[in-house]
Amino acid sequence: METVTLSEWFREAANWAFMLIAFPTLLGAWRTVTSNNIVRAVLYLVVSLGGTAALFLMLGAAFVGWTVVLVYIGAVVILFLIGIMITRSPLGVEAELSHGREVTAPAALLGVVLFGVIGWSMVDAFGMGMIPLFDPTLTSDISNVLFDRFVIAFEVVSFVLLAALIGGIALARKDEPQANP
Amino acid sequence: MTIIQFILVGAAMFSMGLYGVITRRNAVLVLASVELMLAAVNINLVSFDIYVQDQLHSGQILALFVIALAAAEVGIGIAIILMIYRNRQSANVDELNLMKG
Repeated sequence: METVTLSEWFREAANWAFMLIAFPTLLGAWRTVTSNNIVRAVLYLVVSLGGTAALFLMLGAAFVGWTVVLVYIGAVVILFLIGIMITRSPLGVEAELSHGREVTAPAALLGVVLFGVIGWSMVDAFGMGMIPLFDPTLTSDISNVLFDRFVIAFEVVSFVLLAALIGGIALARKDEPQANP
Repeated sequence: MTIIQFILVGAAMFSMGLYGVITRRNAVLVLASVELMLAAVNINLVSFDIYVQDQLHSGQILALFVIALAAAEVGIGIAIILMIYRNRQSANVDELNLMKG
């Protein structure tokens, strides 16, 4: 794999676009885990997941990117908001959404150490290896592989979704009072 | 573009998700942090798929499976939180100490 120096990296326009996407993504992720307003935390999750979808589009994985938009932003976040409404969580600013400092300090240390370990080992392994720029993956290729090589896994995932659907209904429905015989 | 920039974004998102899972008290926000971690995994899968120029596009297919399973997980998770709330009038994970010895 060919590599690139840091100054060459900064001269490439695509990398500036990448930074324009990556910073809101990481900011959204940070606010999701720290915000004191529960609705805002979930809406920042939208920013973060939208940035993820944009990164996928940038990598040329258009189908996965639009699937993220449809499934995550369209369905999962709505599910989160409905869950918040149903459990009547405190909607205003509330300091009780997170644990106190005795939990956050070790957790922050753990997160920094994890990021350091992953980052250092990956920089050590891959350095500045290039990836092909704007080489889009055809959706027809994805579907050919999905329904050929991975068709059993696809069917298994379908059954998992069906089981989750039935399980969700069974869990969430109100128990009717037992009819007297 | 280089592979390492995508890996670092994924690693940062995963670390933040881990932080959120540990520190959040509200069960819905714990689930949201898990979603962040899964999104970070997806970034890694897709970027490595592009990096190795896989003819089968295995990384992208696996990312699609992860998305589907994450949706199922959230559906079940919200249903469980709803049940817990109905029984305990609380959605805070540290108040669920029924099985504590």
